[in-house]
Parts: sequence; C-alpha cells; structure tokens
Amino acid sequence: MRKLSVTLLSAFSIFVGLLLLWQSVIWIFSLPPYLLPSPARVAHAIVTRLPSLMTSLGLTAAAAAGGLLAALLVGVAIALLFAQSPWIRRMFYPYTILLQTVPIVAIAPMILLWIGPGLSAVTLIAFIICLAPIVANTTQGLISVDRNMVDLFLMHNASRSQVLLKLRLPHAMPSIFTGIRIASGIAVIGAITGELFAGSSRVGVGGIGYAIQYASAQLETDYLFALVLAATLLGFVFFFAVMFLDWYFLHHWHESARVVDQE
Amino acid sequence: MNTPLIVPAIALDQATKRYGIAKAGIATILESITTQVQRREFVSIIGPSGCGKSTLLKIVAGLSPITSGSIAIHGMTPQKARELISFIFQDATLLPWRTVRQNVVLGLELDGMARETRNAKVDTVLSLVGLSHVADSFPRQLSGGMKMRVSIARALATRPQILLLDEPFAALDEMTRDRINEELLRLREEQNWTALFVTHSVAEAVFLSTRILILAPNPGRIAHDLPIELPFPRTESTRRSSAFDRTVSEVSRALRSVSINSESKGDGQEIGVYPA
Repeated sequence: MRKLSVTLLSAFSIFVGLLLLWQSVIWIFSLPPYLLPSPARVAHAIVTRLPSLMTSLGLTAAAAAGGLLAALLVGVAIALLFAQSPWIRRMFYPYTILLQTVPIVAIAPMILLWIGPGLSAVTLIAFIICLAPIVANTTQGLISVDRNMVDLFLMHNASRSQVLLKLRLPHAMPSIFTGIRIASGIAVIGAITGELFAGSSRVGVGGIGYAIQYASAQLETDYLFALVLAATLLGFVFFFAVMFLDWYFLHHWHESARVVDQE
Repeated sequence: MNTPLIVPAIALDQATKRYGIAKAGIATILESITTQVQRREFVSIIGPSGCGKSTLLKIVAGLSPITSGSIAIHGMTPQKARELISFIFQDATLLPWRTVRQNVVLGLELDGMARETRNAKVDTVLSLVGLSHVADSFPRQLSGGMKMRVSIARALATRPQILLLDEPFAALDEMTRDRINEELLRLREEQNWTALFVTHSVAEAVFLSTRILILAPNPGRIAHDLPIELPFPRTESTRRSSAFDRTVSEVSRALRSVSINSESKGDGQEIGVYPA
C-alpha cells in the first residue's frame, strides 16, 4: 500500500511539473493559442465541449472494442483450424503475415469505397489490424503443447475434441492473452486511423479520429489537445482492462499473470 | 507365483522397431526384443542413452507401433489394453490450470466415469499418497517431489494392472527420490500392479526391481536379463545391506561392459543407420 502511494505521488508531481513546463514555454516564447494552447484553455475546452467529446470517445471505443472482440472470435477460430495440421499452417500462414504487413492507411480508402463511411467501416479496419497478432499467438499456444501431455490423453483414448477443450485451449490461454494485449493497443490506433478516412456518415458527428481532423481544419487547437488526451486515455483503459482480465483468468496457475499477485 | 496358464502381463516376441524410409536410410531403434514380464513383476530397464528404453515403453503403451514381431499385453493388443495401463512420465506433466484433485481425476474423467464415483476414488488415492492436505492447491505451489506424487496418484486412480514409468524421479533430489521409491513399493504391495520402469540409476533399479533388463544400443537389444533376489519388503535398511551393494556393483559392471562395447562399435560410421 505504501509503495503504491509513493508511486502515485511521484507520478502526480511529474504531472504537475509537465504542466508548469508547458505553461512556461507559452510565456517565454509568447506562443498564440492556435499553436499551443495553455493547460487552462485545454481544460476549458474539455469542460465546455464535454458532450461532443464523450460522443466521439464512445464511437471510437465502440469501434475499437467491436473490432477487437470480432478479431478475437475470428482469430481463435482461424487458429483452431491452423492447429489441425502443419499442412494447413504452411498453406495459409503467409496470408496472415500479409494481413499484418498491409498498410492499414492504404486499404482504408478501399473499405470506405465498399461499405461506406461510418461505425461499421471503422470497426472493420480495427478488426483487420487486430486479427494477425491474435491468430499468430493463439496458433503458437495451441501447437506448443508438451508431447507427453498429448500421450497422456491418448492413453485414455481421448477424442480430438477432448484434447482440444481440456488440453490445447487451456494451454493456449496465456498466448491468447498475449495476442489480445498486443491487439488491444493497436485496436484504438486502428480505429482512429480508420476514422481519419471513414469516420462519419453524418457531418459533425464522428469518432476521435474524425473530430481530430475536423478540429485541426478549424484550428481549434485547444480541442485538438483535448481529443489527443481522450485518445490516450482510451488506449490506457483498453490496456488495463486486458491486463485485469489476464490476471483474473490466469493468476491461479500461470507465472506471467502473477506479477500483480505478489504483495 | 506364476503358472504357465496365466497370460503374462507383457509378452514381446521378436519385437523390432525401425524408423525412416528405405532410400533415406533406416534407423533400427529396437532389434528382436523377446521377453516376458509376468504379473506382479517389477522390471527395470537400464542402458546407455540411445538404446531405445523410452521407445520400448511407448510400444508397450500402444503409443508407437512395432515394425515387426509381436506384442501382447494381458493377451491383447496394446491399443486394446490401454485401460489396463498407466504411464508416468519423466516430469510430472501436470496440467498447471488444474488443482491437484482435478489433475488426479483427469484419467477417470476422460474414461467417462460418473462424477460421484470418481470423486470418491480420487479422495482414496490422494490419501494413499499422502496428498489430501494439498488437494485444492495448484501444481505451481508444490515441490518437485509432491508434483511427482500427484503424477503417481493420477496414474493409480484408474486402478491400472500395469504401470509404465519413464525415468520418473530423475529430476528429484536423492532423499526425496529414496522416499518416493519406498512409497512406490508400498503402493505395489497394496495394489499388485506390474511395473516396467526406465531409469538411469542402477541403485534405484536394484532397490525397486525383481528383475533388471540391460539394453545395448545400436540397435537396441536386450544384453542382460538379471533377476534381483533381494528379499521384500525392501526398506531403508535394504540400501545399507552388503547384499544390496554387491548387487549394485554387479549390475553396474554389466552395464559398463555394454556401454564400452557400444562406444568402440560406434566409431567411424553413423550409429544405428543402415542404408538400404
């Protein structure tokens, strides 16, 4: 407990220090607000435009979470298929790498063209960017089961589905969570990138990416700062939510999840 | 103890195991293994590495088919006899996401036994190996010796006729190992299974066995078949007896002759591979 309060206190003092530095840069170089708004102005923008900020935040969160969840379901399903035989893996694995290397910025306009702007397009973009790490990690987890453990199941004439449900899937859980952790970070980035292209089907209402574009075009730098803060916060929330789930499901038995568990 | 009318627990006749395809070169792992293990025997298999000890266990378990010859477990094929057999692996191979109780119940669960019946069986076997107090712990909370006990409990829960053990205690410290050895003999006294035990330790083999098979490598074959006449029950004092020391040095000598021969024979050519 004491350690925690020290950590919080030091984090808070650094925060205050940064605010002071920010303010003094404005004073020293006498920067106009459209180049660098003061902390007070940003705070003011957050308070006065809270409803639209929350709407944007909600849309981006929905797209990122939806994309992540869909990628989890589809990704695990693909990995289960991959785990069936090395032959299937050799045939299809290159395509998952392709999925990982294709620049999302380049395919966003295509998606916009095909399904039109709006939440579903953004969700699809987040989904695409999340899929590869989940497939790769889950597959690895499913196939890296100790040979002796498989033999143990075979000695009891276990069926394929029993080996899968009682051995491979639980064994893969830590790897699946590694995949989700990687994907959760890029899900938010993917959604915001998607929104830059396909953010809104209604003028003025869109996710954070859309609002960022709008605010920068209008030189509303104070609101731009507020949006960047909101986006960062969203990434934080995703990261810690996944970390909590990881801990919740694995801390009983798995070493990786025990860090939080000790003291 | 055994009359010829009783089918042996394990009967191998000219059993041979080869790997590979004719053109690329065939490795003979085991060559013409012929032996019988009677019920209630405790047979240890020792030999230099690469002599096919573990493969022999996998063949008996029905996890690896033989290339030629025949094998019968209680008069059946190994696949049919699987429910008579339990396998104890080199490391405890516990499922880390299951508690001790859930690990021990695994075999019964896979065999499709009703929940009530299997829970009662698990309680019995846990108290048999002295693990009742950690029944709800996870494997990572246990010491190496305790993990191995869980592994033994899991193997015994299905009431096997035959126990196959593949260097199960190699990773344990000597004191723990000695204690588990004694426990294993006590459990055998109560449950009357047949054991086929692979080990690197001559002393362990002598202490546990009624018979020791020494395998020679390249290709794996039975070089010596030595009965161990030390009286049962064997305890801590057995290890201190001069008869025990004498037997250990006899077996060691036999093992050494096999190892030396295999080293000189292996010179110059790739070991155990005979191109067609």
